[in-house]
Amino acid sequence: MTWDTVDIALMLGKIVFVFAVILTYAAYLVLAERRILGFLQDRIGPNRVGPWGLLQPLADVIKMLTKEDMIPSAADRLLFSLAPAMAALPAILTFAIIPLGAPVEIMGHKVTMQVADLNVGVLYFMALSSVAVYGVALGGWASNSKYALLGSIRGLSQLISYELSMGLSLVPVVMLAKSLSLADIVNAQADMPFIVYQPLAFAIFLVSILAECRRIPFDLPEAEGELVAGFHTEYSGMRFGLFFVGEYINIISLGSLASLFFLGGWRGPLLPPILWFFIKVGLFSFLFIWVRGTLPRLRYDQLMHLGWKFLTPLALLNILVTGWWLALR
Amino acid sequence: MSILTDIKEIFTGLSITLRHIFRKPVTVQFPEERRPMPERFRGSIVLTRDPDGAERCVACYLCSGACPVDCISMAAAEGENGRRYAAWFRINFSRCILCGLCAEACPTLAIQMSPEMFNCRRQVIDMVYEKEDLLIDGTGKDPDYNFYRHAGIGVVQPRGSGDGEQAPFDPRSLMP
Repeated sequence: MTWDTVDIALMLGKIVFVFAVILTYAAYLVLAERRILGFLQDRIGPNRVGPWGLLQPLADVIKMLTKEDMIPSAADRLLFSLAPAMAALPAILTFAIIPLGAPVEIMGHKVTMQVADLNVGVLYFMALSSVAVYGVALGGWASNSKYALLGSIRGLSQLISYELSMGLSLVPVVMLAKSLSLADIVNAQADMPFIVYQPLAFAIFLVSILAECRRIPFDLPEAEGELVAGFHTEYSGMRFGLFFVGEYINIISLGSLASLFFLGGWRGPLLPPILWFFIKVGLFSFLFIWVRGTLPRLRYDQLMHLGWKFLTPLALLNILVTGWWLALR
Repeated sequence: MSILTDIKEIFTGLSITLRHIFRKPVTVQFPEERRPMPERFRGSIVLTRDPDGAERCVACYLCSGACPVDCISMAAAEGENGRRYAAWFRINFSRCILCGLCAEACPTLAIQMSPEMFNCRRQVIDMVYEKEDLLIDGTGKDPDYNFYRHAGIGVVQPRGSGDGEQAPFDPRSLMP
């Protein structure tokens, strides 16, 4: 593949576009979460900064940036500073492989609406989602505090219980699409989204990404009722902000992956593809907030039980049945 | 199977929370919207007038003495008719704890607790209320009570003209 100026400009443009979109989306997702949780609980939520509270994210950022940035004296300074970035980066990097819309033609170049169409897209996503837990683990370890350490231990053990079922639930999708590339997976759903063929895989994936986001009902690493704030107990200011933003970008990227794998991504009638994509991501974001407003936190052993004894065997069974069906067809 | 029940319960919970999204919020957005407070709520302090429109306060210092945080101060003065009044009267609302002891101590029902809530200010000096800020035009809680109809005899009214008071008795009339 030869690179000319237009290609490089388009690539840079896409990177800037994706960055702008997900960071704005994440900022407003925080506001949306606070408002929606408010409505769920018969409250109003923040509505003071700007009309309907629309400038609240800006106020939050100013607050985060101007707060005192503390590093505990017993902390491992290098890892302590590195961990927030480790938490936020994989979530942002996941967005590199997500196709936001149908390929378009600009100045004679065929432009895919994704930063990189990797032929191992699904594996790339699985790898990044495993790396993401390093932010939690290192943050908790480097803080040198009992609550933070307990939080990161829980984060790690949570990872090994949901990661397997998440990976296994994607295998039928790959089997149906016959490709690991996300663009091909979306194209394979041209007639019918995979949720119709794979409702069980969708349910398992949904539960797994809830755990991956470390949100209620799987927010064991944070568990503010038991562990103060879990792995980010010792963090303040923008370092905490990075953990926070990472969590919300994670919601967006995992929501978009769920819509790519099972709901046909940007495919949909009438409306432009990119709009369809964001409608689906928005639905998943709402679902995440809705679930947070409804369910209590699972106990540690309950999560293990769910992951190992229930979701993983079910996902394996699902693969078997799908393979059987594909072979007989 | 218990797992099916569990899944059903999750959806029951989700449907309940979804219904609450469309319910009207119960929030009262305080400075703009206010709940109607009960009559005896202690929201702020006012100085009332008697039914004739004169100030009730006789500057007896009892409220100031009763105040646990010492936020009331005043200076007494006497009018030409012998009636006492407060030359100045000051309540420092930045210290006031709205306990209502001043209102209980007041013999003339001049100082009373009002259900209208006191608004906080950014400058402490703005929270020091003078007599003009405290005086209201009404009589407050006991509309018919006028201290000088029962006491202050000989000061603002001739002897024997108060409510339930008998005319002065001349002991010399008992002489044989």
